[in-house]
Amino acid sequence: MSSSIESLVNKEYQYGFVTDVESDAIPRGLTEETVRLISAKKREPQWLLDWRLKAFKRWQAMTEPRWPNVKYTAIDYQAQTYYSAPRSVKPLQSLDEVDPELLKTYEKLGISLNEQKRLSGVAVDAIFDSVSVGTTMKEELKKHGVIFCSFGEAVLEHPELVQKYLGSVVPYSDNFFAALNSAVFSDGSFVYIPKGVKCPLELSTYFRINAADTGQFERTLIVADEGASVSYLEGCTAPKRSTNQLHAAVVEIVALDHATVKYSTVQNWYAGDKDGVGGIYNFVTKRGKAFTHSKISWTQVETGSAITWKYPSVILQGDHSTGEFYSVAVVNNHQQADTGTKMIHVGKHTKSTIISKGISAGHGQNSYRGQVKVLPKATGARNYTQCDSMLIGNQCGAHTFPYIEVANNSATLEHEASTSKIGEDQIFYCKARGLNAEHAISLIVAGFCKEVFKELPMEFALEAQQLLGISLEGSVG
Amino acid sequence: MLKIENLTANVGDKQILKGISLTVNPGEVHAIMGPNGSGKSTLAQVIAGHPGYEVTGGSVTYDGQDLLEMDAEVRAQAGIFLAFQYPVEIPGVSNAYFLRAAYNEVRKARGEEEVDPMEFLDVMTEKLKIVEMTEEMLQRSVNAGFSGGEKKRNEILQMAVLAPKLAILDETDSGLDIDALRIVAEGVNKLKRPDNATIVVTHYQRLLNYIVPDYVHVLAQGRILRSGGKELALELEERGYDWLLETAGASA
Repeated sequence: MSSSIESLVNKEYQYGFVTDVESDAIPRGLTEETVRLISAKKREPQWLLDWRLKAFKRWQAMTEPRWPNVKYTAIDYQAQTYYSAPRSVKPLQSLDEVDPELLKTYEKLGISLNEQKRLSGVAVDAIFDSVSVGTTMKEELKKHGVIFCSFGEAVLEHPELVQKYLGSVVPYSDNFFAALNSAVFSDGSFVYIPKGVKCPLELSTYFRINAADTGQFERTLIVADEGASVSYLEGCTAPKRSTNQLHAAVVEIVALDHATVKYSTVQNWYAGDKDGVGGIYNFVTKRGKAFTHSKISWTQVETGSAITWKYPSVILQGDHSTGEFYSVAVVNNHQQADTGTKMIHVGKHTKSTIISKGISAGHGQNSYRGQVKVLPKATGARNYTQCDSMLIGNQCGAHTFPYIEVANNSATLEHEASTSKIGEDQIFYCKARGLNAEHAISLIVAGFCKEVFKELPMEFALEAQQLLGISLEGSVG
Repeated sequence: MLKIENLTANVGDKQILKGISLTVNPGEVHAIMGPNGSGKSTLAQVIAGHPGYEVTGGSVTYDGQDLLEMDAEVRAQAGIFLAFQYPVEIPGVSNAYFLRAAYNEVRKARGEEEVDPMEFLDVMTEKLKIVEMTEEMLQRSVNAGFSGGEKKRNEILQMAVLAPKLAILDETDSGLDIDALRIVAEGVNKLKRPDNATIVVTHYQRLLNYIVPDYVHVLAQGRILRSGGKELALELEERGYDWLLETAGASA
């Protein structure tokens, strides 16, 4: 590659700072005692502890999956800390009680928990290590019957809803990381939109890992009752550390009849340094169940993490339900991503769309892995898949693993794929029009990702575009 | 405006330009002609700053500055414009967005304020007429799915927007039917001003029926073999390049 491209892809990770707060962490290691301790700290009811213990038992009998196209040294699960919370955070505290040091942290991350200064039209739940620091706009949402709170709070205040839907989409036995999460999950967000309500605000959760050697195991549950609709966005960052940190989350979405849920992610966990030292191991299970005439749409912009293992999926249970997956995944330096989706067509006339854009730079390895499955009763099912890869430089890789299983002859499936390389030619063309190399690359990449960016909520589309520019900085040379 | 002295340039180990000297003054139109592989396009690309060519000797001065020390984007900002022989596609980026980004870079370099999309639309309405294009063109991705003629017209549209001091048209006539050729040539003529200059790189004389050059240079084997007035182009049309090559061979 020429020097113009190579000088481009390495800007500093601006969220790499550490907040100095006193934390209450439990000892390292994972035993049944750990599970009981976490449950006790969260003052959970017996049924939830029992569920955790079943999950833990199941997890012990499972082995870490080896099929993803990623390489890393084995994780020592006994060397991790499974719970860490800032001392100052009290259960069910109000926003006025939040430790100023934590407020400052979120300000620094560009998230204002001050309701007066908030981004208009957005409610935020802020998760710091294993606990929620606070949730904004709760009163406003309550007027519409919308419940938006931390998972821990939901367990205490709305146990009937949690018990009904927890594990209904991702059972604790689903996979190794989901079982681990089910045993030790700490906090996350809970959303319930009542029948026929269109959520008046954009809901957003901001995940921050702060403590060292601590894993974050959040669990999010979103339930949209019949005819309800909601748009939800999550963002994530972590300090720069030379050791890898584990993040194993589970997100479950239930869209009841005629409901619509749009879930967007801007994932910017610390990715490790340019030599691949440090960074977050991001092993996440995200799945939605769509009932009759409902729609679940996943949009993800994945720029961070040393390793990403993630397949936001939709079970198209009800007739005429719709599933969508729009993804931009960027790997640079030594990042590895194995990401994609699963669309399981169960009901009749179900429809799914998959648009995946993978960008690989530096020594990054990017794999798209997607499954489209049409079950025997899914008459008239339709899927459209488009899977594009872009390479920057000549030491990175792009891989595609599509799995298609069709058991109903009336199904229509389309699959398109392309691979392109950002060439010197494109960059020179832009330069010959007065744009510098950085500007040229961000423009070319933004063009490549356009179909996905347009799915993001307005307020975040620009942020995602800038983020992309930053994570590719230095990749061109 | 532009002074090239004894310029030599390589691609890899291969020497393409073997000592080119050329002076271009404001208000002038220069045509550079020559057979395939003579180094015409290389000269155009070297002036524009393509990183694939290594300048091994000589000098290029532009407005009193050492051009070879300037990055390609700085050259563009300083008023050098290359109309590409093969315009590059940028999928997903609208023509309007790309043009405005370029326009604003050039304005910034001149110390002028950047324009917003609405102001830019006003600028464009005028410029589109020059190349007989419609606004629909602005919403399409840069060159993606354009016909050969549309790509070349799009280059002239960019030139109209950026209003360069020195425009280099690299084989802009290749692949154009007669109507597109007329539109492109008329566009270039409309953009001519006493303080700007144009270098037309072409293989055929026919473009020069529309864009009348003040000087014609014949480039072959990396050297300028002959320079003359516009009548030289007609002579080449009639006699081909071989007689010049033979004369050069005999004198060497």
